[in-house]
Amino acid sequence: MLQEKDKIFTNLYGFQDWQLKGAKSRGDWDGTDKLLAKGGAWLMEEVKNSGLRGRGGAGFSTGMKWSLMAKPVAGVPRYLVVNADEGEPGTCKDRDIMRHDPHKLVEGCLIACYALQAETCYIYIRGEFVREAEHLQTAIDEAYAAGYLGKNACRSGFKCDVYIHRGAGAYICGEETALIESLEGRKGQPRLKPPFPGGQGLYGAPTTVNNVESIAVIPTILRRGAAWFAGLGRPKNSGTKIFCISGHVNKPCNVEEEMGIPLRDLIDKHAGGVRGGWDNLLAVIPGGSSVPVLPKSICDTVLMDFDSLREVRSGLGTAAVIVMDKSTDIVRAIARLSKFYMHESCGQCTPCREGTGWMWRVMERLVVGNARPDEIDMLEDVSRQIEGHTICALGDAAAWPIQGLIRHFRPELEARMEQARLRNAA
Amino acid sequence: MSTHTVAKPSDASEKFAFSAANQSEVQKHLGKYPAGRQASAVMPLLTLAQAQIGGWLTVAAMNEVASILDMPPARVYEVASFYTMYRHAPVGKHVVEICTTTPCMLRGSDKIVAACERHLGIKLGENTSNGLFTLHEVECLGACVNAPMMQIGSDTYEDLTAETAIAVLDLLAAGKAPSPGPQSGRHSSEPMK
Repeated sequence: MLQEKDKIFTNLYGFQDWQLKGAKSRGDWDGTDKLLAKGGAWLMEEVKNSGLRGRGGAGFSTGMKWSLMAKPVAGVPRYLVVNADEGEPGTCKDRDIMRHDPHKLVEGCLIACYALQAETCYIYIRGEFVREAEHLQTAIDEAYAAGYLGKNACRSGFKCDVYIHRGAGAYICGEETALIESLEGRKGQPRLKPPFPGGQGLYGAPTTVNNVESIAVIPTILRRGAAWFAGLGRPKNSGTKIFCISGHVNKPCNVEEEMGIPLRDLIDKHAGGVRGGWDNLLAVIPGGSSVPVLPKSICDTVLMDFDSLREVRSGLGTAAVIVMDKSTDIVRAIARLSKFYMHESCGQCTPCREGTGWMWRVMERLVVGNARPDEIDMLEDVSRQIEGHTICALGDAAAWPIQGLIRHFRPELEARMEQARLRNAA
Repeated sequence: MSTHTVAKPSDASEKFAFSAANQSEVQKHLGKYPAGRQASAVMPLLTLAQAQIGGWLTVAAMNEVASILDMPPARVYEVASFYTMYRHAPVGKHVVEICTTTPCMLRGSDKIVAACERHLGIKLGENTSNGLFTLHEVECLGACVNAPMMQIGSDTYEDLTAETAIAVLDLLAAGKAPSPGPQSGRHSSEPMK
């Protein structure tokens, strides 16, 4: 279990003052100028050595992403874009960072901008987070007033501006190139890659897009040292992580824990256990709605990090743990996710635009058993034709929950068809 | 794909102009983006216009935004119809958005929807005849450990039961301000004592 002294987000629940005075008392903005004085190369190396992997879902090395950004050219602007378009069902961690610990994010923005030599940072926050955007704006204003941002940010001689850009209700804008399109004033439809944003991103200029949590942990990593962060968790899966535990637990909550904590410990120690006890567990979606569901037999032993969950053909994603007990209609739970992806498909690629709706309609029939057993294979087959055949990963995200359902709950699907057949016969 | 049908298209001959206060907000937003990239401000300007009109966008407002940003009007319509927070028909004073995505569904959002529909006497997607409420189903609003939840205007109401959801609606109907956040007594996203 993560010790109190190793927690990064010490005001996660907002019991203390979230503004500058409170943030400073928790160690934010302490010696930021000295960190910057060590130079961009050192900052980048430290982040790389810490083993930090992106907290937005994909788990790509943050330091590596930074180093892949094109080299600076005189007269060409560079951008840092922070992805605060949190919308993956089950996920509500960035919200807590922005409303309760916004200075961690603002300080992280300055440090990342300095390392990337980007003078402008846009924080793209989902439109529904009105209060969160207000807190964040207050924190930014406080940072300007204190000289931490602006022309001579933290007396470094470096100019750094941070702006908030509010979205307006489109899940797809959490995809980095859709986010960039949206920021440029268009529909949020993902771009083909390459070119990658690191080469040509916002306004065609080199751009790095990072998740809120990835940026917000960086000041603490630099203060305490890459070795400290790398020493938590397991190799290649280091550090701490905010887990969001929702669904059928006694005490749903957000909690910062060490990477690699066993799923069962996470639920039992922090979320008051599964409703009705561990044996009443049916399944868990371990990393937000996009990753495949896991049956209890796997949940008994699996560890919560990128590589462990990948080994069991699921993923850590955003670390949003959706718990379902035995009272759950698992088919309906997954069908509701299919509806979500249908609603959120941007409509650009045919397999996704047509396929998400098609899969949802079949799922709705599966909920009531109004289907033939061979349609399960057809659904699986169609999901494979969507997966990997679209510009962005939304098609994959729509396919995986259904694939997980078929993989682990096929007998349940078939039993419903049999019940429906008997009902109709009677 | 979410599609947006306009129930009653507003008359393009109507006039729209940003209020004096909003005009300075417009300038503030324009200042965030590099020269020549003013189209980036289309979303904040539409949001501003929608708030000024009272929760929805008229064609005149979209045209005004297009002219301020020097964009073809169709580009602005495209943006305004892509994002679900822009609405194209009049709404009630309070737009009640209930999340029904899986994490909320698991915690009983069906009951919240049923209770609100019954209490207000309308179905999802409808307005009450007194112009006070509009009811909508929305996708995940990102407060999953506080499920089930709903958003009304700028605030969220979390850890709902049918009773507390109706209590919130009653306070709003009486012109009072319900206290936002969890309705269960807990502070935010910490585990319940």
